[in-house]
Amino acid sequence: MRKIRVLVAKVGLDGHDRGAKVIARAFRDAGMEVIYTGIRQTPEQVVAAAIQEDVDVVGLSSLSGGHELLFPRVAKLVKEQMGDQVLVIGGGVIPEDEIPALKEAGIAAVFGPGTSLKEIIDFVHTHVNRAS
Amino acid sequence: MGSHALEQLLQEFYRGSKMAAARIISLVERNDPAGREILKQLYSKSGQGYIIGITGPAGSGKSTLTDSLVKLLRQQNRRVGVVAVDPTSPFTGGALLGDRVRMGELSLDSEVFIRSMGTRGNLGGLSWAARDALVVLDAFGCDYLFVETVGAGQSQVDVARVADTVIMVDVPGLGDDIQAAKAGIMEIGDIFVVNKADRGDADKLVRYLQSTLELGQQNDDEWQPPVLKTIAWQGTGVEDVLKGIMAHRRHLEQSGLIVSRRKQRLKEEVILQVERLVQMRLSEGFQSEEVLSRVYCRELDPWTAAKTMINSLSGKKCEARNP
Repeated sequence: MRKIRVLVAKVGLDGHDRGAKVIARAFRDAGMEVIYTGIRQTPEQVVAAAIQEDVDVVGLSSLSGGHELLFPRVAKLVKEQMGDQVLVIGGGVIPEDEIPALKEAGIAAVFGPGTSLKEIIDFVHTHVNRAS
Repeated sequence: MGSHALEQLLQEFYRGSKMAAARIISLVERNDPAGREILKQLYSKSGQGYIIGITGPAGSGKSTLTDSLVKLLRQQNRRVGVVAVDPTSPFTGGALLGDRVRMGELSLDSEVFIRSMGTRGNLGGLSWAARDALVVLDAFGCDYLFVETVGAGQSQVDVARVADTVIMVDVPGLGDDIQAAKAGIMEIGDIFVVNKADRGDADKLVRYLQSTLELGQQNDDEWQPPVLKTIAWQGTGVEDVLKGIMAHRRHLEQSGLIVSRRKQRLKEEVILQVERLVQMRLSEGFQSEEVLSRVYCRELDPWTAAKTMINSLSGKKCEARNP
């Protein structure tokens, strides 16, 4: 079976990385290869890393805001530079009423506090495009 | 992957597309037959880049040192490739590849390509695919190639079979002069770096390493491995490490050792590939039950059984297929 490669990143100035690390660990334990970028990345850095790592999934984490600008920017750059087959997902403290706009902008799913790790992993397994 | 798609991918690669280079590395890494086909073509274009291996214990600062060295090489306008290996879980097959955390600023540099890889079962400190990724990045036109091993303790010496210059990164506080004198990884360093040199006992470690090195010529040549102090996150001392690399390179080139060392490495690599092919052939449908029963009944000893197996293989045509 082909191994799923996931880039886990934090964009913007938000340094709260607990969530991102928990998710990275969960993906690891689900048998995936997780590339963690660390905090304070620009959308451009995230996408450049995603390209070189040839990932199937880009996972973005946010706690203290900025996601409404930064997540769509990443999704746009991923689509432009890598094509449609890369799944972009997000998670963290994100108000319910902002989720539709994020989805509209190309974030395939947004996982809020309390989401089970299994739900996120299942989503990735279901939606990763392995045709390429 | 069809031949048309493959041809297109190669064209994009030659035009300098990082996406194409990244996809080729993925194909090679997952043992896709298309990857092997591409590698065959790229191999003739490789061999131009100079390969630097970075090894040492977990947390010694390999990625941070690599980041600093790459930045210095970028000031000289060199194109640089980095292959960074972290461990794959033997339990789940998953991996957390965290070397990029120390190299964030390099992501956007158009002349730098960084790839993280899991060991995927190899225990020697590198993955099989790391060697192939180096070939890909070499053919991509990188002047310098860094290969960073997993956190290595004592016997992970694979990197010496891959790199022209091996940098062994150590840190104070891990052990005494006996540790520095042990066989294995301490024998493969062309340059020794004592990182985190602002910590206590750094000078003691320098002395341990120097006295070990002075006791015996470890290599087949006149090169005396220097012991250099760095504080990699600040960049302190890193210029001296780069100077050391260049001095070692000059030494290898002027003495002609670069040719003999590379040939020796290629010999080892070909033998390794033979082992892989044989292993693959043996695990694929070899009817060993009868032989095993005979060994179990003590009619046959394992050595003779193995020879029988090898003989039965040599008659068959080995297909050009990826192990």
